[in-house]
Amino acid sequence: MIELLPERRAQVVRKAAGTPAADLPCGKASTAGSVSQRACVFCGSRVVLYPISDALHIVHGPIGCAAYTWDIRGALSSGPELHRHSFSTDLQEMDVIFGGEKKLEAALVELIAHYQPKAAFIYSTCIVGLIGDDVGAVCRRVGEKTGIPVLPVHSEGFKGTKKDGYRAACEALYKLVGTGDLSGISPHSVNILGEFNLAGETWILRDYYKRMGVEVVACITGDARIEDIRRCHGAKLNLVQCSGSMTHLAKMMERDHGLPFKRVSYFGLEDMSAALYEAAKFFSDDPTIMFRAQQLVREEIGAIYPELQRYKQKLVGKKAAIYVGGAFKAFSLVRALRLLGMETAVVGSQTGDLEDYRQLQEISDPGTIIVDDSNPLELAKFCLEKDVDLFIGGVKERPIAYKLGIGFCDHNHERKEPLAGFVGMLNFAREVYASVASPVWQFAPRRASRGKEAIGT
Amino acid sequence: MNVIAEDEEPCSKNFSSTRNACKLCTPLGACLVFRGVEGCIPFLHGSQGCSTYIRRYLISHFREPMDIASSNFHEESAIFGGSSNFQQGALNVMRQYQPQLIGAATTCLAETIGEDMPRLLHDLREKHGPRVTAPIVTVSTASYRGTHIDGFHAAVKALVDQLAQPGETTGAVNLFPGMVSAADLRLLKEIITDFGLNYTLLPDYSETMDGETWLHYEKLQSGGTPLKAIAATGSAKASVEFGRTLATGETAGACLLKKFSVPRHLLGLPIGIRESDAFFQLLSELSGHPTPVKYQRERGRLVDSLIDGHKYVFEKRAIVYGEEDLVIGLASFLCEIGVTPVLCATGGHSKQFEKALREAAPLLPADSLVKERFDFAEIAETAPALEPDFFIGSSKGYRAARDLKVPLVRVGFPIHDRIGGQRVLHLGYRGAQELYDRVVNALLDAKQETSTVGYAYL
Repeated sequence: MIELLPERRAQVVRKAAGTPAADLPCGKASTAGSVSQRACVFCGSRVVLYPISDALHIVHGPIGCAAYTWDIRGALSSGPELHRHSFSTDLQEMDVIFGGEKKLEAALVELIAHYQPKAAFIYSTCIVGLIGDDVGAVCRRVGEKTGIPVLPVHSEGFKGTKKDGYRAACEALYKLVGTGDLSGISPHSVNILGEFNLAGETWILRDYYKRMGVEVVACITGDARIEDIRRCHGAKLNLVQCSGSMTHLAKMMERDHGLPFKRVSYFGLEDMSAALYEAAKFFSDDPTIMFRAQQLVREEIGAIYPELQRYKQKLVGKKAAIYVGGAFKAFSLVRALRLLGMETAVVGSQTGDLEDYRQLQEISDPGTIIVDDSNPLELAKFCLEKDVDLFIGGVKERPIAYKLGIGFCDHNHERKEPLAGFVGMLNFAREVYASVASPVWQFAPRRASRGKEAIGT
Repeated sequence: MNVIAEDEEPCSKNFSSTRNACKLCTPLGACLVFRGVEGCIPFLHGSQGCSTYIRRYLISHFREPMDIASSNFHEESAIFGGSSNFQQGALNVMRQYQPQLIGAATTCLAETIGEDMPRLLHDLREKHGPRVTAPIVTVSTASYRGTHIDGFHAAVKALVDQLAQPGETTGAVNLFPGMVSAADLRLLKEIITDFGLNYTLLPDYSETMDGETWLHYEKLQSGGTPLKAIAATGSAKASVEFGRTLATGETAGACLLKKFSVPRHLLGLPIGIRESDAFFQLLSELSGHPTPVKYQRERGRLVDSLIDGHKYVFEKRAIVYGEEDLVIGLASFLCEIGVTPVLCATGGHSKQFEKALREAAPLLPADSLVKERFDFAEIAETAPALEPDFFIGSSKGYRAARDLKVPLVRVGFPIHDRIGGQRVLHLGYRGAQELYDRVVNALLDAKQETSTVGYAYL
């Protein structure tokens, strides 16, 4: 009924017991006409830099790219909210013919004068590369004129995949790193990379580290200020959560500033605890940090465990499909679902790499479908085949689930409930429960018909 | 590429940039139209991001699947042309979806490198003839030319231009409603049917974008204007087109008039009493039947309720924004009920806006602001001095309304912060009734909320 395109077959594997992990040909451009769930280079840059709330983010191009990214993420700020605006040069036909440099320069000068940002990011969109605007030169001129960093982001949509956009964002950020004052930074200090303060998650994590006695110099980019990024090289360790987006920045900081990095995840009890212990182990010169970390983990888990167990009783044996942007999040979700007694039957991502998919196969149960760069038809096919009860994904996956009478849990940038941290695990369990246990499913035709078969009518 | 001189016009804005746009890009409108055709899949010739962003934006409003294919340009396609990507993409879509039609819209990227769509189609057929299982309609939608509503009208026009056939004149009527809600489309079908007319409604996403939950998976949601009905638009006895700003535009109705001499009737969007009267009057003429009693009663109840509630709304000040023709319809309705639209703003720039608006709403005070090419930052900056009592428009005006602590009546597209945007009814007497009740109740609600007394009897 639903057939995989020949070009796509190698990007789908089924975990087989006792065989070595297969290599997925990932990281390549999406197949034309496959209706990929991925976005573009611009999207990759935009999502990474978006939460920096005291910077001006201006999209150089026609209106669409700016309009579709206006105030869409749940990334909160404890101070300025410049990031919630959408600024665009809104290029018109004559700009395309004669070039958009003048308009960009005028736009920048006016916006900087009006909004007084601490820095400006200028995102190039598809046609900027084609019409030959020298965005770098405009940025230099405006930077000199205004005295703030004006940073080009080379994010032309067609020049690669979303991952190349992450890289372009890291390159732009890296121009700021190393330019700030390091005084007063604790010897027990970290940066959190790849955490975006969706629904205030950064604040939850900052609180944990504070209670352990570890200073967070910068969270990049959740609730970030330009000044934090300038001085983040003064921290002693980088903790990289969304590794797909931020490993490049961490590697540059390791190379030039000797800052080691560790991959962590803040989703689920096991990964959350491990993330805190990583930092505590690193600062072994002060054993009280580990002591406090253990105490914190005990307290936090103790506080939520009874309620988690209640949800587990209701959820045990249910099956889930996961399709998310970055593969690292998928690992945490598989483990978090397991903690709730649930099985992951389908798991995939837009931007996972070879190693990610190997690891995913290792932690998955036999029979699990693992997929790279999937699309609506494939995802529907897998959901039907595995007869899942829950789908975890983003807005674009939601209707696939709902139309088939499958519960859905949003784990994307738009979400408004914190899912990170220990309290986040409880929120996650509640949401999974609400998604699976609602009485509305009894009326969904697929479910209703299943019920009839069961009672033999 | 056609050079349009109007883009050169100096504009009197304080900012060269657009801040929080009150418009979207052209291909979005085209994609929505194509999902309103039976078995049609939208296909964007450009970067992967365009289709993904537009999908997410439409899904967040309609809460329905919205599959849009992409030819997924890479660097080589941008340099050497996107022909091979287009071919591969089109063949893959046909193979996977078995569509009845592909609606191919260009993006700014394809337009800038000068992609010649007829040639791409020709190459595709030449090279892969037997594998080309569906016709392809193309539309040029460069996002640096116009807004989403221009893309919408351009796609409707492309469909009739490329699919309509000549034939013996039938008694059927073409209706080109413009970008209205799924509930509006259902109402229009009900009305025309009640007049006893056969019709082609284009587009018709009333089922595809507001459908049921499935028993079996549907690759493309069922519903939409059948291709046969689009072919028949060339032999209809008349076209009815909504949109006062379209008078001089190259629209579907204008195209059918020119090619097949199908008479074109251009009306404003039937929002409020007089614009709806004009629509019912026209249907009455076209069908030879009086307005059915059911609608006479609807009109009667509407008038009765306007009288019941007139004191609550009289001289209340409204900020209205959105697509030009929607704003014109809403302003016309608000003036009828005694509300003063103090600012009518649109991100569009047809240059017909103010003239058409004042014709539709003769009661609009001369000092009411009417702004083309406006954005939400400008709306927010202009609003405080206007002391509005409420905003009416898409959910994107929420923050501006919230800053002033006045209610927002959510209409049009998009509604991203409430459920049911696709079911908001705007058109006809029934739509006016719904709008009226919502406006009055929003004002009563605000009055109650801000009162220290807490009256439960208003």
